[in-house]
Amino acid sequence: MKRYQKKRIEIIIEAPMQARVTGLLDRMDATGYTVVPAIAGKGREGIWTREGQVSDASRMIMILCITDGAHVDEILDPLFELVSRHIGIVTVSDVEVFRTDHF
Amino acid sequence: MADIFTLAYANLVSPVVLFFVLGFAAALARSDLIVPEQIAKALALYLLFAIGFKGGAGVAEHGIDQKLMAAVLAGIVLSVLIPLIAFFILQRISKLSRIDAAAVAAHYGSISIVTFVAGTDAVTRLGLDYEGYLVAVAAVMESPPILVALLLIKGASLFKSDATAPEPGGRSELFREIALNGSIVMLIGAFAIGWITGPAGQEEIKPFIVDPFKGVLCLFLLDMGLVAGRGMRTGRQYLKPPVIGFGLIMPPIGAALGLVAAQMVGLSVGGTTLLMTLAASASYIAVPAALRVALPEAKPAISLTLSLGVTFPFNLIVGIPLYGAAAQAVAGG
Repeated sequence: MKRYQKKRIEIIIEAPMQARVTGLLDRMDATGYTVVPAIAGKGREGIWTREGQVSDASRMIMILCITDGAHVDEILDPLFELVSRHIGIVTVSDVEVFRTDHF
Repeated sequence: MADIFTLAYANLVSPVVLFFVLGFAAALARSDLIVPEQIAKALALYLLFAIGFKGGAGVAEHGIDQKLMAAVLAGIVLSVLIPLIAFFILQRISKLSRIDAAAVAAHYGSISIVTFVAGTDAVTRLGLDYEGYLVAVAAVMESPPILVALLLIKGASLFKSDATAPEPGGRSELFREIALNGSIVMLIGAFAIGWITGPAGQEEIKPFIVDPFKGVLCLFLLDMGLVAGRGMRTGRQYLKPPVIGFGLIMPPIGAALGLVAAQMVGLSVGGTTLLMTLAASASYIAVPAALRVALPEAKPAISLTLSLGVTFPFNLIVGIPLYGAAAQAVAGG
């Protein structure tokens, strides 16, 4: 089966930023994204677990967005401006998809 | 003086405090005891619903007096004044950065509704009544400290340009989120419904909001103990002794200001105790969420651990009986 090259943007960010990041993806005409709750982790601020928090403020989420390589920089520039001061990670990787018209 | 110890002992052996202590100890001992996230959220919603409704029904029963507006105004003044004092103290005694000091100050200017609920439990146990509209006072005290903290850091630029978030509508969106955060909507909404439906409405849902209230509060405080204990276990490295000292001296300072405000308004002994409790408490729900968006450089481990791991237990175990005794001494006349 034919496969097509796309880019996968993975954003691990604080939960209170979810609406802002997905809003930006909407404005940048991303064709889709998926939000996944993070369960636990460790970073520069130390260890944390989802259950150990009293509110969403300290919880983390992961937002996955697959897009065409031609659109990546259009999304990444404002995305970086939005999230650069926040706790989190943004990565971009190469992926293959079967249905190119979906992205 | 004996009264203070009697109050302190009665408070210490109340189920509410003991369940908190159980959770705190379990977390420190690395027990796997846990209250599932969604259940904890439901318990918090229930408490906001019950305390808001009962407050509204109380206002409907006793009527509005001129003290209501005065109490709301006092709440707003306290919530602006306390973070400024907290910021000033932190700048003098700690080596926190300006941003971290402002973030901590916002937490201490705002309120903890669970501390307030624990305060109502203690006041009720003493056989005292309190003004139902203090629920509304609690709601108005939640947000102003966030703006005070942002003004301390961003100055006038907060209102000139979109200094809080780079995306379109960022500043107004942030203000909307602060004003309409879920806990405020639940609290004020339940208060309004309680006010509209009055004692008859409360009678209809009494088996749900009155009888199980204390048991639910115990379960919620078990979870709070677990969260606070875990926070202290993982976050205490961020708390230097001067910062911990701040977490212990700021509540009585806030309470003293609350006492003065309550006297000026003319609140009852129970109401005075609760306004002192509000002024002494520190937020760990509404403020952290807003500051993660608006002041992301602030380290949440400092403000959250201090507010939840130091000040919340202090108020629950020592503070509330202390404020009750002070209120009785001053307002009990």
